[in-house]
Amino acid sequence: MGGISIVLVIIVAFLAGMEGILDEFQFHQPLVACTLIGIVTGHPTEGIILGGSLQMIALGWANVGAAVAPDAALASVASAIIMVKGLGPGTDVQTAISTSIALAVPLSVAGLFLTMLCRTIAIPMVHFMDAAAEKGNFRGVELWQILAICLQGVRIAIPAAMLCMVPADAVTSMLQAMPEWLAGGMAVGGGMVAAVGYAMVINMMATAEVWPFFVLGFVLACIGDLTLIALGAIGVSLALIYVGLKEVAKQGGGSGGGSGDPLGDILNDY
Amino acid sequence: MAEVKLTQKDRMAVCWRHQFLQGSWNYERMQNGGWCYAMIPAIKKLYSSKEEQSAALKRHLEFYNTHPYVSAPIIGVTLALEEERANGAPVEDTAIQGVKVGMMGPLAGVGDPVFWFTVRPILGALGASMAMGGNIIGPILFFVLWNVIRMAFLWYTQEFGYNVGSEIAKDLSGGLLGKVTEIASILGMFIIGSLVQRWVSISFTPVVSTVTQAEGAYIDWANLPAGAEGIKSALEQYSALGPTGLNVEKVTTLQGNLDQLIPGFVAVLLTLLCCRLLKKNVSPIVIILCLFAVGIIGRFFNFM
Repeated sequence: MGGISIVLVIIVAFLAGMEGILDEFQFHQPLVACTLIGIVTGHPTEGIILGGSLQMIALGWANVGAAVAPDAALASVASAIIMVKGLGPGTDVQTAISTSIALAVPLSVAGLFLTMLCRTIAIPMVHFMDAAAEKGNFRGVELWQILAICLQGVRIAIPAAMLCMVPADAVTSMLQAMPEWLAGGMAVGGGMVAAVGYAMVINMMATAEVWPFFVLGFVLACIGDLTLIALGAIGVSLALIYVGLKEVAKQGGGSGGGSGDPLGDILNDY
Repeated sequence: MAEVKLTQKDRMAVCWRHQFLQGSWNYERMQNGGWCYAMIPAIKKLYSSKEEQSAALKRHLEFYNTHPYVSAPIIGVTLALEEERANGAPVEDTAIQGVKVGMMGPLAGVGDPVFWFTVRPILGALGASMAMGGNIIGPILFFVLWNVIRMAFLWYTQEFGYNVGSEIAKDLSGGLLGKVTEIASILGMFIIGSLVQRWVSISFTPVVSTVTQAEGAYIDWANLPAGAEGIKSALEQYSALGPTGLNVEKVTTLQGNLDQLIPGFVAVLLTLLCCRLLKKNVSPIVIILCLFAVGIIGRFFNFM
């Protein structure tokens, strides 16, 4: 990796770190972060493929309630850097991708610790804001807000810079020295890990009422001709039909002495 | 005294800054710093004396925490209240804080399922499925669509909140929010069902049986006509016999048997297991690490 590439990687890492907390532009999502790192290091296609693979795993990662998900920002940035380092002559792209994902997931656990650290450091920062507010000092409040955001960027930028310093030879030789059962096993594990993210989504939304829609989605997805857009269209239609019918049923139950026949009720009103 | 009004430009400045709401997220008062940061353009416009400005800054550094997008209608309402107050209406500090606290809970309950668990998985899966083939359109599509939806939502719901003002509480209690959440959770469950089928991959390699097939059930490679004629004949036989026609022996794997039940059956079982474990408060990180371990062990002993 050249000097300019390293600087650009660190900038991308900084953006990803900021977004890891802001959650607005989505620079921390694997699809975006891995692609950007791939582009600035001259491996765009591999970066995009890695981003897509990791995105599939990270789809349901969101911190809601007690469940704390792995840190998507650090996982994306770390896996992309490891993959780029590992892409040497004689390394299979698919192996580099699956092993870098497997290596990045434990790293993203370390990312959680850094997140907690930043959120604690932010406490004195808002106290400085209080002091600025006391004096009616707009600049002071703004300054501390911007510094707090930068702190979150640095949270990912520093680990990224450290990973960039690891010599590429070391990564390549490590990947090549890996026995087949380890590299293959990590790929097998990567195929299963997506289930965890999906389970997090299910736990958030599942009620007895919506489980049948899960089954429908699962069974219809067996039809290979249906693209995701087609499946999305079916899902939206089902949801609208269901909610619409439920509305009608409720109105029918409420008026006309609960005859359960909305059409009959309308006719009776005439 | 002339009435002070927030112009569209002021409201846009607030909307832009509102994107950095979570920047100073802290364990004490959570999103308070970002909220105050977003309110600054409005405070500057509405209040001219140092005392009033200082009081307004302090008022908006109180505890606040909600989903960062559905916070937009709340800040819209708050802008309307602050505007009334600056023009002399008796709006108490507690009324402003009350509106914020009263709205942030129910709205966060809508924002999480709609944005994090429905829109992002759908757009993410759409982009990722293209990206896995190395197609740059995948990431671009995800990034552009997400940000267009997000920015439109932030601006229009903030305007909605500003125009409706404190009346919004009545609108919220109406069935609309409940309906949106319900549609989102139905769509989300449907899509997650299909994602489990398509993208959770488990494959068991053990061979259940190896049968030597009868003559005619496989392609007799040794006796094909020569040249292009032979290729044609092989392809014709292949389309009639299917993949088992390639070899003399028909190999049935455990995976083949499971797929005959329904493809992806084991993937659903694994997903449901993860649901149970998560409900028992097993950390997702622990489950992820265990799955990698299972994969490595499975490959080492050659059953996956």
